[in-house]
Amino acid sequence: MQIAHNILLRSYRSMRTIRDFEERLHVEFATGEIPGFVHLYCGEEASGVGVCAHLTDTDTIASTHRGHGHCIAKGVGVEGMMAEIYGRKTGVCHGKGGSMHIADLSLGMLGANGIVGGGPPLICGAALSHKVLKDGGVAVAFYGDGASNEGTTLESLNLAMVWQLPAVFVCEDNGYGEATGASYACAGTQKARAAGFGMPYFECDGTDFFAVHEAAGQAIAHARAGNGPVMLHVHLARWYGHFEGDAMTYRINGEVARERAEHDCLKNFRQRVTEVSLLDPSALDEIDASVKDEIEAAVKAAKSAPLPEPADLEADVYVSY
Amino acid sequence: MSKKSFRQAINEALRQEMQRDPRIILMGEDIAGGQGGSAGVVDAWGGVLGVTKGLYTEFGPDRVFDTPISEASYIGAAVGAAATGLRPVAELMFVDFVGCCLDQIMNQAAKFRYMFGGKARTPLVIRAMYGAGFNAAAQHSQALYPLFTHIPGLKVVIPSSPYEAKGLLIEAIRDDDPVIFLENKVMYDDEEEVPDEPYTIPFGEANLTREGDDVTIVAFGRMVNFANEAADRLEKDGISCSVIDPRTTSPLDSATILECVEDTGRLVIVDESSPRCNMATDVAALVVEEAFESLKAPIRRVVPPHTPVPFATVLEKLYLPDAARIESAVRSVMAYKKTKQDA
Repeated sequence: MQIAHNILLRSYRSMRTIRDFEERLHVEFATGEIPGFVHLYCGEEASGVGVCAHLTDTDTIASTHRGHGHCIAKGVGVEGMMAEIYGRKTGVCHGKGGSMHIADLSLGMLGANGIVGGGPPLICGAALSHKVLKDGGVAVAFYGDGASNEGTTLESLNLAMVWQLPAVFVCEDNGYGEATGASYACAGTQKARAAGFGMPYFECDGTDFFAVHEAAGQAIAHARAGNGPVMLHVHLARWYGHFEGDAMTYRINGEVARERAEHDCLKNFRQRVTEVSLLDPSALDEIDASVKDEIEAAVKAAKSAPLPEPADLEADVYVSY
Repeated sequence: MSKKSFRQAINEALRQEMQRDPRIILMGEDIAGGQGGSAGVVDAWGGVLGVTKGLYTEFGPDRVFDTPISEASYIGAAVGAAATGLRPVAELMFVDFVGCCLDQIMNQAAKFRYMFGGKARTPLVIRAMYGAGFNAAAQHSQALYPLFTHIPGLKVVIPSSPYEAKGLLIEAIRDDDPVIFLENKVMYDDEEEVPDEPYTIPFGEANLTREGDDVTIVAFGRMVNFANEAADRLEKDGISCSVIDPRTTSPLDSATILECVEDTGRLVIVDESSPRCNMATDVAALVVEEAFESLKAPIRRVVPPHTPVPFATVLEKLYLPDAARIESAVRSVMAYKKTKQDA
């Protein structure tokens, strides 16, 4: 599939933004200045970006607790995200959600989710909204290989088929649910699970933007055309621990280094587009420099942003009470 | 105005609201019934107890959705739909089934607004049957409103009559927060005069069903009827009771309860939910903290024992509070005063 230049540039910028955002969080978290815990998306950038390249603000996504990448891919601004992660009043959720609950409903971002398997039922509902309101939108549930074993996910696959919803179930399979391998925890295959519900199945190498873009394009087009839900199984690797501070003693030495060396979606993207002269390397360099400045500014702003005030504690529990 | 059953009042509220606002959709198990069956008769049931009968026929498959028996997925879908532009009314059938979908209510719907910094609206109603007295045993008889009341972000409604049910359900549907609307399954055939036109009853405003000077009785849901019955009997013996129906446990009309207890100085609370951490303990704590000085006698709680709901009729009758037990509790708080005076 030929991808337009502006889409390529925008996608590269999104992937670079996610990478730099997460690498910077890795550094900043170690200083102890960031409260709570964070789950990094490094190594998985091409998945969120390759899928979201086919979406508009009308479309809805639900994310996971590893949600920063999905937020950025769906267009949530990094300054508000960084401030949120620092627990500041200027954060996208005014410091009340934190890393695991970043959401922006105006962009169709239904939230990162601290509950494994929390997203798929919500996405059935968002897809129902698109169907009933006839706005042409699709709803996409990102969920991990760990969440693929949750009853909520399996029930949602069934409900989406029963109601023939414009829903896309993107299984981001990074091989680990926390510290337990998918080879231990997932019986059968994702493909067979989709087939069990009569659901069309697509899969791709999630470290290759072009592969994700191609497969997601087909999957989303199927759902958007009113042909019912689909599953997209994305094979990925996680570069950091389940959460920051996880020493990953359950992974063999060199596993991550090999992934970084051989399956870096950004390096591979650059090589691919410059080899065939699709994009000029200087255009990518410009993006790299601009994103570096943007992340720097976001961190600086977050660190100096005001904290929530005592009055915020009891605000916004209800619309009215 | 005409006589309507609790069931008809709820059905009418749903129908009139759906006529008013096309964003209101219904979903639940067999709320139409008959989808995919061999006879092909859709709208065969209208819910297991016929509450939604006729709504599928009137509004069709784009507004009324039968679900698989799959509570986690469809209650979650109701939450997701509410957050993205629809106003779903989901029927959970028996509230006991919340065990299959509590995450979607507790961690998703209830939390969105706060967790997302006030930017989300989740205008959702979950209707469910509650209560003992139907020989439905331990997994189909619980009164779980304290569970929902405990969770910030939810509103909880327990109508005590057909009139109350219609007005409170319309209010619930028009509310922009997630509302748990609990219907006592023993009351579906109760009848009273209910206006034909739509009307609302605001949340957090208790209804004083009896006014009296001696004892305040606070009762929830079906227990309001037993409390009224007890109050009428006691009146004949010269004991005058106020009966308060809080209507909603969240928000709770604390002001009316406190004012009334300050007037009477005695409090009996009637709650058919399990006795630990229930609404009776909650109201007792409120009164002890805010109106201690006005109490002339210990607070009495008329509640079931700390057991699952039993099956056999003889045991279930022992389990559930009734008018006789309320009467006896009222007499005991009155007697307490006399003992103190004698001493």
